Amino acid sequence: MKDIFKLLEEDARRTPEQLAVLAGLSVGEVVSIIKKAESEGVIVGYKALVNWDNVPGEEGQVWALIEVKVVPQRGVGFDGIAERISRFTEVDSLYLVSGQFDLAVIVIGKSFNEVGAFVSNKLATMEGVQGTNTHYLLKRYKDDGLWLFKGDESQRLPVSP
Amino acid sequence: MQTGHIAKSGRNRSLISQRVRGVSPSGIRKFFDILASMEGVISLGVGEPDFVTPWNIREAAISSVEKGYTHYTSNYGLLELREEVARYLKRLYGVEYDPKTEILITVGVSEGLDLAMRALVDPGDEVLIPDPSYVAYSPLATLAGAAVVPVPTTLENNFKLMPHDLESKISGRSKAIIMGYPCNPTGAVMSRDELQKVADLALEHGLIIASDEIYARLVYGIEHTCVASLPGMRDSTVLLGGFSKAFAMTGWRIGYAAATEEIIEAMMKVHQYTLMCAPITGQMAALEALRSKDALVDEMLEEYDRRRKVIVRGLNEMGLTCFEPQGAFYAFPSIKITGLTSDEFAQQLLEEEKVAVVAGSAFGQYGEGHVRCCYATSMSDLQEAVERIGRFVKRHKV
Repeated sequence: MKDIFKLLEEDARRTPEQLAVLAGLSVGEVVSIIKKAESEGVIVGYKALVNWDNVPGEEGQVWALIEVKVVPQRGVGFDGIAERISRFTEVDSLYLVSGQFDLAVIVIGKSFNEVGAFVSNKLATMEGVQGTNTHYLLKRYKDDGLWLFKGDESQRLPVSP
Repeated sequence: MQTGHIAKSGRNRSLISQRVRGVSPSGIRKFFDILASMEGVISLGVGEPDFVTPWNIREAAISSVEKGYTHYTSNYGLLELREEVARYLKRLYGVEYDPKTEILITVGVSEGLDLAMRALVDPGDEVLIPDPSYVAYSPLATLAGAAVVPVPTTLENNFKLMPHDLESKISGRSKAIIMGYPCNPTGAVMSRDELQKVADLALEHGLIIASDEIYARLVYGIEHTCVASLPGMRDSTVLLGGFSKAFAMTGWRIGYAAATEEIIEAMMKVHQYTLMCAPITGQMAALEALRSKDALVDEMLEEYDRRRKVIVRGLNEMGLTCFEPQGAFYAFPSIKITGLTSDEFAQQLLEEEKVAVVAGSAFGQYGEGHVRCCYATSMSDLQEAVERIGRFVKRHKV
């Protein structure tokens, strides 16, 4: 079961037939493992990692890492406010962190203005938010374990002993 | 011209020594020129990982150069590295060697084997070598003056070395056995019990086993048995290991030999006058490799294992009978159903479907009827290659 998740995490396009060979299971077993995992929230979704910097006309995407300091609420702690913030479509990722601030929020927008407007109009004014500190990301080098620059190229000879 | 001069001198002698003329060039390089001029070829003809050396190892080597590690090392190799090798062998296989006197850092297993042969063999001594096996075994024994005695291994026995086959070839002149399990080209692995029987024969007849364990870490669902760890074998084994395959470090050219002080001392004598020492940057890289977490190797191993399943199933489904290789990264299917020789198969497959495999005959006469397919290549290329070979076999089935 773990094998299937690992194989899909590396390449979600693998078909049940391919997965069956790689994990040594029958196609039927693979399909039922996946169905169950999807319904139980083990597999949350499938998507491609797109490097928008390489898409003509879309290079201007703006990413920001926003440190957010919040007041935890009785009964729900940080979850209440974190979940509220995460519902905004501008928010790509959101983590509760230790240290100087409480939430690390990754926001993606089409322009600096758009991200700025989200922070000042929506995020900073939310009840429970004490302060924000916005860092604009300048360049992505590695995302979700994948390199976004041209990495190692094998110089292997085509035939060797 | 030099050659003309010698010929004219009338001595009627060949320029090149008889010893070297007696060794045939590696059949494996045959396709190299044809291949280089072709486009769109998927090569299963390689004998090395497709992975680039893990970054922590490369980084350690770069930093050692920056810090000025650019000199000769001890003839034996860096003591730190030898100590690390000793710990590694003890941890993985429970065999103990004194890093000061019983371990030699070599330029790959190839040099280690050359040294072992030169240190152990006198002209006329016989060296037993399972057939098929790695292309260098027989030439290195020959160059050292030995008479090579091939011991056939077959598909029926999953290409394992059978004790009775070995015994039938042992004579009063037998000096050593060169063998390597997991095996290049077959992918065969021998269990502890099976190796014990070979070891018993070696001990009974006073033979040294030069054990090429370069693929030791690349085993799938079976434990690797280090020949030196068998009862009584530590002092009758030259254990040859290295970093090329498990750590994806082929180009660094670092290996090691472990044996008794007497043998290592003799091997070191040859080594010090020919190589002086293994290159220091490679040694620094190897040091980092041994200090890496096991996951580094295990992750690559896991990927090879997946590819192994894909190619073995693919080959068997198209009718190229292939036993399950439990080690290294080769499948060695029988091409019997095509009626082609292994040379013809490799040649025509390359021309018709642009897939490179190596003819089994390159690994000895008993490799005929098979081809070696290396699955250390990307999954997408591997799947494409299986499809192309399938088309080829369909056309050529007799």
